[in-house]
Amino acid sequence: MSFAEPVPTEGKPRGRLRLPGRFTWPLFFLVLAIAIFIFYYLLTMGYLDPSVRSFALKWFPLVSINEALVWVMAALGLNIVVGYAGLLDLGFVAFWAIGGYVAGWIMSGFFDKANVNILGNPARFITGGIHVNFWIVVIAGAALCAFFGVLIGAPTLRLRSDYLALVTLGFGEIIPQVFHNGDNVYGVNISNGTKGISPIDPVQGLSISPQGIKFGSLGPFDHLSRYLIFLVLTLLILFMSLRLREGRLGRAWLAIREDELAASAMGVPLMRTKLAAYGIGAVAGGVAGVAFASHVSGVLPDRFQFAISITLLAMVVLGGMGNVWGVMLGALLLAWFNSTGLPELGTTFNSTFGTHINFPSYSFLIFGGALVLMMLFRREGFLPESRTRLVLREPERTDVEALGSDMEEQAPELDVMTTGGKSGDEGVRP
Amino acid sequence: MTSTASALRAPQMALRVRTVLVWVAGTAILALMALWLIINFVHAPAQFFQSAVYGLRNGVLYALIALGYTLVYGIIELINFAHGDLFMLGTVFSAFTLTGLGLTVPNLTGWLGFALVLVLAMIFCASINVTIEFLAYRRLRRAPKLAPLITAVGMSFVLQFIGQQWNGSTPRLWPSILPRGHFTIGGVTIDHNVFVVIAVTGGLLALMTWIVAKTRAGKAMRATAQDQDAARLMGINVNRIISFTFAMGGALAGAAGILYQQTVGTTRYNAGFQLGLIAFTAAVLGGIGNLTGAVLGGLLIGLIQGLNDGLPLYAPGQAWSQSVVFAILIMLMVFKPTGLLGQTVGEKV
Repeated sequence: MSFAEPVPTEGKPRGRLRLPGRFTWPLFFLVLAIAIFIFYYLLTMGYLDPSVRSFALKWFPLVSINEALVWVMAALGLNIVVGYAGLLDLGFVAFWAIGGYVAGWIMSGFFDKANVNILGNPARFITGGIHVNFWIVVIAGAALCAFFGVLIGAPTLRLRSDYLALVTLGFGEIIPQVFHNGDNVYGVNISNGTKGISPIDPVQGLSISPQGIKFGSLGPFDHLSRYLIFLVLTLLILFMSLRLREGRLGRAWLAIREDELAASAMGVPLMRTKLAAYGIGAVAGGVAGVAFASHVSGVLPDRFQFAISITLLAMVVLGGMGNVWGVMLGALLLAWFNSTGLPELGTTFNSTFGTHINFPSYSFLIFGGALVLMMLFRREGFLPESRTRLVLREPERTDVEALGSDMEEQAPELDVMTTGGKSGDEGVRP
Repeated sequence: MTSTASALRAPQMALRVRTVLVWVAGTAILALMALWLIINFVHAPAQFFQSAVYGLRNGVLYALIALGYTLVYGIIELINFAHGDLFMLGTVFSAFTLTGLGLTVPNLTGWLGFALVLVLAMIFCASINVTIEFLAYRRLRRAPKLAPLITAVGMSFVLQFIGQQWNGSTPRLWPSILPRGHFTIGGVTIDHNVFVVIAVTGGLLALMTWIVAKTRAGKAMRATAQDQDAARLMGINVNRIISFTFAMGGALAGAAGILYQQTVGTTRYNAGFQLGLIAFTAAVLGGIGNLTGAVLGGLLIGLIQGLNDGLPLYAPGQAWSQSVVFAILIMLMVFKPTGLLGQTVGEKV
């Protein structure tokens, strides 16, 4: 955007309202979110036709939409690390786990010796424990994750990119194991071990049901109000991602991603910028962790597996690294596919053709295959950021030098770059 | 004038303080580990050696897998995430082939069958590895580093899927056809199959060293690892040499697979992920790209893991096995990213 030529002055559009291009996607997203809310509001109130209702409950249950929003939050966080700053993080699940356990610690009856209540809302039949308000827990989880992000980043960010991936992976394995074995750390119980922590205090909000709307703690079936809460959190992270991307820090990230040495030569402080990416990405991971813990009302250590890190990575890669909207699309699609789409497609397929194929067991193949195929044939993702596309298609300088004119056929994009670039997706040029 | 001078000196001072700090911390950690080993050795020498023997047996297998990582990294600078899962397919393949051939009893036929299936498993894994390279990594050789890395992760999932469909999602128990029984020296029990593992591994290592050091293909491999373009100019078929390297790594993974299946006795579809990571840690510990280093690292990691699992005093124990290995990986990255035998290589501009 900032590198584009000056926008030619256009005549004022007459007759109808024209929005600048950068508002298209946010508006689209907002409209979609509100439409979903209205649809499910009508559904909950029982205004809709039973066939529409059963279709919606079968293919798009609100639970899986809520879960998808949690995935969106985490994927947006990973996007800051991988998509913006270009640091491969294979252990993002660690932040999710830390966020979840923060909720487990200070939003439940886990520490039964203590009896603290800060604007909290203890679940019924729970005595003792620390009960803190959900929104404060979100902030606490985010803060702790940022601390851990910086802690793991500080000694390792000097490493080469592939080593960094390994270290984050190791971190992502250690943290869940700490929680897994945490029921007896030298005699101290920090996590209840494999049993996990449950129940977690219900969130307070507007409980919407055919009986009316009232303010109170949300039960396990108040998906619509939890949808609103998760939407707010998602919007916050979305806003943060978008604004950071445009600012000084965001431009520094992009510079590092594209050429670390050149960025450093231009005076970008490498360590500080990378650490910021780690910390801020971890914040989103922590928020997702807290949200997920309240979504399922508990934390279980066995849930935090490597597969989650990979699924998040697949969301970022599939959607389009660096482009917030692409990542969001990828996260929504994959999360829906994982939780509802694949099993439902399987049942439909099996009942139509009379087969007995266990479709969910194919998720490994689908995810792995998707990653490989995307990398081979559409490295920039479904909704690429125009800048990412060029970078991912760009051959390394040494290769260009070594191959000389051979490169002309292999990478037609190179011509585009040397002739000044064609108009990207931002559509500023006529 | 003095102020500018001191301002210039400040970062240098910081750097020096940092170096000293890192050195002190690293030495302290090593000293603590040595202290822990000595305490345990004095307390229970028999248990110490017993854990060491188990650890070294695993370490030999780690070394075989680590060699696959290090060979591939040495030649195309790719962390082949799928390598651990290739090893897993090796375990599943050998288990099903041995049982399919009716070889379940440890007798002469069984041992001959073991030799046969060892070769078959090596060929099997080598061909899978070459196929993966041909289908995926080769097209991405000129791509930025992130692309082949993500592809390798995807490939690892695809291989896990194959293993899951083949082996089932629960672990399976298999009979062993290696010589059973054990003997005892001074309270330390040593299984007979340890010798088979060491003999097979030793033979393979010797063969591999010979190939890399003495043959034309090995020479071409080393040349390609140093500079692909220059190697191409010298008339080396770089693609074929890279395929050959993948075949070698795959064959070693296959051998490790059958040895693991025969000594541990179980196959799991997700075994490859964890063992692969441990083996990768071993490769990094030794200095990635360095063949001797990979073997040394594998033995060391196996030893550390065995001691951690088996020692009575102040050991975190088996439940923390993974964490210990990964903590070593992280500390290694902080204190000595080049590994024990590796050389400092700057990032290419």
